[in-house]
Amino acid sequence: MNVAELRADFPALQQKVHGRPLVYLDNAATTHKPKVVLDALDKFYREDNSNVHRGVHTLSQRATESYEGARAKIAQFLGAEANEIVFVRGATEGINLVANAFLRPQLHKGDEVLITAMEHHANIVPWQLACEATGAKLRVAPMSQTGELLLDELETLLTPRTKLLALTHVSNALGTVNPIAQITEMAHARGIPVLVDGAQAVQHLSVNVCELGVDFYALSGHKLYGPTGIGVLWGRSAHLEGMAPWQGGGDMIRSVTFEKTEFAPPPLRFEAGTPNIAGAIGLGAAVEYLAGIGLDAIVAHERELLTAATDAVAAIEGVRLIGTADAKASVLSFVVEGVHPHDIGTVLDRYGVAVRTGHHCAQPVMAFYGVPATVRASFGLYNYHAEIVPLCKALREAQELFA
Amino acid sequence: MSLSELYQQLILDHNRSPRNRGALEAPTHSAVGHNPLCGDQLQLQLQLMDGRVAEVAFEGSGCAISTASASLMTDAVKGLDKDELDELFAKFHALATGDESSDKLGKLGAFGGIRDYPTRVKCATLAWHTLRAALHGELGATTE
Repeated sequence: MNVAELRADFPALQQKVHGRPLVYLDNAATTHKPKVVLDALDKFYREDNSNVHRGVHTLSQRATESYEGARAKIAQFLGAEANEIVFVRGATEGINLVANAFLRPQLHKGDEVLITAMEHHANIVPWQLACEATGAKLRVAPMSQTGELLLDELETLLTPRTKLLALTHVSNALGTVNPIAQITEMAHARGIPVLVDGAQAVQHLSVNVCELGVDFYALSGHKLYGPTGIGVLWGRSAHLEGMAPWQGGGDMIRSVTFEKTEFAPPPLRFEAGTPNIAGAIGLGAAVEYLAGIGLDAIVAHERELLTAATDAVAAIEGVRLIGTADAKASVLSFVVEGVHPHDIGTVLDRYGVAVRTGHHCAQPVMAFYGVPATVRASFGLYNYHAEIVPLCKALREAQELFA
Repeated sequence: MSLSELYQQLILDHNRSPRNRGALEAPTHSAVGHNPLCGDQLQLQLQLMDGRVAEVAFEGSGCAISTASASLMTDAVKGLDKDELDELFAKFHALATGDESSDKLGKLGAFGGIRDYPTRVKCATLAWHTLRAALHGELGATTE
């Protein structure tokens, strides 16, 4: 894997910020897009623009073929079947879909939904809403100070009352990679379905949903080098078949009279209205691009980079790492004694270094570590070792400024 | 726009040693300010006597800009009545958002550089929004 060559595929990386080369380390927020994705979007709007699944004219046929072709590419990328791939706006919408169409109808007072202490708000709030509406209870599996789930305690929280376990594959605030296959076995042994928030995982790990054994897997396209506003909910056919629609409209029906509507089979049952056609096609191009590089090569490169960056940043006096699990991906979260993360973010920006500072939509994680916010550097396939130098240099400058 | 124009010495100094930090024994007005964007929180207490600010104190965790802003604000508001406070709020807000020059605001003029950092304006105005909430009997303020 030649990173210097790959960087040339990303137009946004070729710019300077405040007179310095952009060092983009905010990949957990969103990734930049390779030319193949931009070209796919451009080609769709310039040449094939049409609605899908309707119209017999040539353009509509091309649009439908590209849209369904993208579904097939994403299915292959995840080791799944195309009819299990539901296009949504992002991981957030995928989780909300499951909360409303799968969980809500079977959730009653006294039931429980289990999540973990390291979830993003997107994997907390939809379950909270479902629990509040039904009188069910939200339970939270704890983690250790290193940011690893306490599996024994998680297991004791899987009870006959538990109707669903929802957890993240990779923590956006800590970088922890959770042992999904092992946890899923524990849940399935008790007949409890498992939803995984894969928003931070699919771009950093080789994910095969069948091998993981889970029931639902949600992801966001824009964190996977694809466009914004498109994402995927993968669900087992058996679940999707049994679920009623959560939104009604065009494209999700088989037949409609004023008396009764027959719904289309999945996945279209869950795609009411004209979908984000261009977004889906762009995401298809993105996963094809990643498969071309090879996820194994990306994983190896990013692992090496994360280790080097962690060592370099940890060597700076006054730095406290937040999240030190053995198995981590992409994310380096930390605080610096005496300097607020926001001020570090502003100083780093002046050096062309883009990081995220804040609570990362994971306020319970911040509360657990007793910090209001952290600095988060997160790496993608196009980052390289030389970028660790300006990161550390800018951190030292910030320390000096506020000393 | 260099970093030293944003982080002026006065701001760095008030961040290192904030004035009026702590809690009052007998506050007549108080409010909690919250910046949901970054998680910063600020508790502000005031003691008004004869309609004027006699004592003021703040607590909370925040960035250098919000800490220094709270510190400088608490120094600046002592002795002012509600009308004067509202007027100063308006002036400071205008300064931070770029509509006002810094020369009429004394030490508060140190925040004149913030207008070039739009993502940081809310850090500078959090204390002021909290002040207004406290004076107008609201329990809390948010910069959102």
